[in-house]
Amino acid sequence: MQKHLLSAGDLTAGDIARVLDTAAHLAKVTDRAIKKVPTLRGRTVCNLFFEDSTRTRISFELAAKRLSADVINFSAKGSSVSKGESLKDTAITLEAMGVDAIVIRHGASGAPWRLAEWVQAVVVNAGDGTHEHPTQALLDLYTMRQRFPSFDGLKVAIVGDVLHSRVARSNVLALTTMGAEVTLVAPPTLLPARVETWGVAVSYDLDAVLPKQDVAMMLRVQLERQRAGFFPSLREYARLYGLDGRRLDAMADHAIVMHPGPMNRGVEIAAEVADSIERSVIADQVANGISVRMALLYLLLGGPEVTT
Amino acid sequence: MSRLLLRGGRLVDPASRHDGTADVLVEDGRVVEVGSGLDGTGAEVVDCDGLVVCPGLVDLHVHLREPGREDAETIETGSRAAALGGYTAVCPMPNTDPVADNAGVVEMVAARGREVGLVEVFPVGAVTLGQRGSELAELGAMARSAARVDCFSDDGRPIREARLLRLALEYARAFDAVIADHAEDASLTDGAQMHEGEVSAMLGLAGWPAAAEEMVVARDLLLAELTGGRLHLCHVSTAGAVEVVRAARARGVRVTAEAAPHHFTLTDEAARSYDPVFKVNPPLREKADVEAVRLGLADGTLDAIATDHAPHAREDKEVEWATAPPGMLGLETALAVTLTELVEPGYLDLAVAVERLTVGPARCRRVSGHGGPVAPGAPANLAVFDPAAVWTVDRARLASRARNTPFHGRQLRGRVVHTLLRGVFTVCDGQATR
Repeated sequence: MQKHLLSAGDLTAGDIARVLDTAAHLAKVTDRAIKKVPTLRGRTVCNLFFEDSTRTRISFELAAKRLSADVINFSAKGSSVSKGESLKDTAITLEAMGVDAIVIRHGASGAPWRLAEWVQAVVVNAGDGTHEHPTQALLDLYTMRQRFPSFDGLKVAIVGDVLHSRVARSNVLALTTMGAEVTLVAPPTLLPARVETWGVAVSYDLDAVLPKQDVAMMLRVQLERQRAGFFPSLREYARLYGLDGRRLDAMADHAIVMHPGPMNRGVEIAAEVADSIERSVIADQVANGISVRMALLYLLLGGPEVTT
Repeated sequence: MSRLLLRGGRLVDPASRHDGTADVLVEDGRVVEVGSGLDGTGAEVVDCDGLVVCPGLVDLHVHLREPGREDAETIETGSRAAALGGYTAVCPMPNTDPVADNAGVVEMVAARGREVGLVEVFPVGAVTLGQRGSELAELGAMARSAARVDCFSDDGRPIREARLLRLALEYARAFDAVIADHAEDASLTDGAQMHEGEVSAMLGLAGWPAAAEEMVVARDLLLAELTGGRLHLCHVSTAGAVEVVRAARARGVRVTAEAAPHHFTLTDEAARSYDPVFKVNPPLREKADVEAVRLGLADGTLDAIATDHAPHAREDKEVEWATAPPGMLGLETALAVTLTELVEPGYLDLAVAVERLTVGPARCRRVSGHGGPVAPGAPANLAVFDPAAVWTVDRARLASRARNTPFHGRQLRGRVVHTLLRGVFTVCDGQATR
């Protein structure tokens, strides 16, 4: 594995397997009465969040704490510019405090790359702009692996605002690396330029795609996209691209439904689908996030090899 | 009386179609004789054997940041960078603070240029007040001022409203002035961070589609045709734009156009580093665009190489990509980049390359006394360069106050040895004289 985790595209199939295996091993810690191991004792992890994301921050915080690392939360809401201090100065400050890893969430695509140039610490991308969210992809893959024996030929539809989705980019990279067959489903206005070069199938017709899928990954659609004219109305979006009970029934019996959260119930996903005990693995995704992030911190901060 | 003899160089003077060994005798700031075996008695003799002697380079498009952002560049540091690049004339754009939209500012810029005395500074005035795109600035006052402005632009921003551009093109005819447009459909580039394509999609950066440039170029050409006004297109960067200009020229539209060295050298792939030193507007495009710009320069669809030299303070570029302002340095590398990227691979002959850097731009607007011909009576605005010298760009050693060159670390062929402004060395043996 590379020193930092910036892009899911930097991970080989071997890297991904190692993260998932390590996560499976560390998940057992969570089942114990005392949910803590001393592996990263004396190491410091900084959560540097320029955007609000309580769930991602808490997930990283729990992951680090269960490995006995010291955790500091540096939340700098808004851009570094509006705050008055530059990202570079923040980086220098954290470096001087001797942190071992920086988990960064930032509204600007590429910010973790800039940070990695300025610090010696390990940098983990916890979501940058409309670019990537590699730990989300890894926890999604972990969740899929709990249900399916292999990624080879696994059919995954990623549905919604692919254009602005960091979850979609990282998942496409990780899933194609593992040999899954990805189909992106969205209105043409919410697909990136030259998406045909991504090595995935593309469709505008959710009903045609769903029956063939093992996994339907629904993306959060943001209200501001409607205001910016990417689609005419939320109602029309829900009608064309929302996953409701009728569409769920059209899926294979073994197929699962995923969502990175937070959900817009009634828009990209109907409440009955989100709450479906047999089909929805959305709560599993959240739980698995902690194990996967434990595995990443463990591997990136150079813990001893775990044998499973 | 000062006499200077440039002896034994290869004189490349596109304006007189001269390309061959010749001596150039300079007296009191003017060329007095061009020929072989000239008598150097009483003259300082400069051995130019193995070197190219040509008219001083002319840059139609620079940002010198004075007044307003003297921490990024000043007329003095920018002039020194220009002289080191072989330039004797530069045209600073009006997007200063305050904007050069009135006689006072353009006169101040021109006067400061004269005071520094390293290159001749021909200011560009703003087309609209404050470059806000709503009402015409006093073009006449700037044209009639001591700065004698004959080129207007809202560069950095497009002239959004077709009606306003039409009026500007018509009104400027009274002064035989040129309107230089930055072609960008702002409604298609709102929030854009880089060229729209495969790379922008992967990097999650909002895209600036080629069509946003091409449709405005097409509009501008139609308005030039409608008004008979003089249109100049700044920094043409896409294959489609080159094609539209080529077709317009073929049917006789009065238009000139420029291209920047970074647009015929670098592609959007450079953005993968997320280093904003590669952020520029219009953005770095794709391989096919680079190729089209090269061919456009080769066949004369594009008249001029213009640097769009855009210095930025270090702290302004050491930030997240989306936060950084667009723009990159160009003055000290343009000649070498042209020789390395266009002449060496055979896109342009050396003489054509020199044309696109000298008389080509000089014909786009009045920059009297520059661009050649190197003939008796002409001011001795000259550059002498070693076409074989290989050097590596080091941003720490630039004369510009800023450091944002996209060519840092790149090995280039061709280096300026001397630059003369009205017969006086501004650069001698590769060093600025002041």
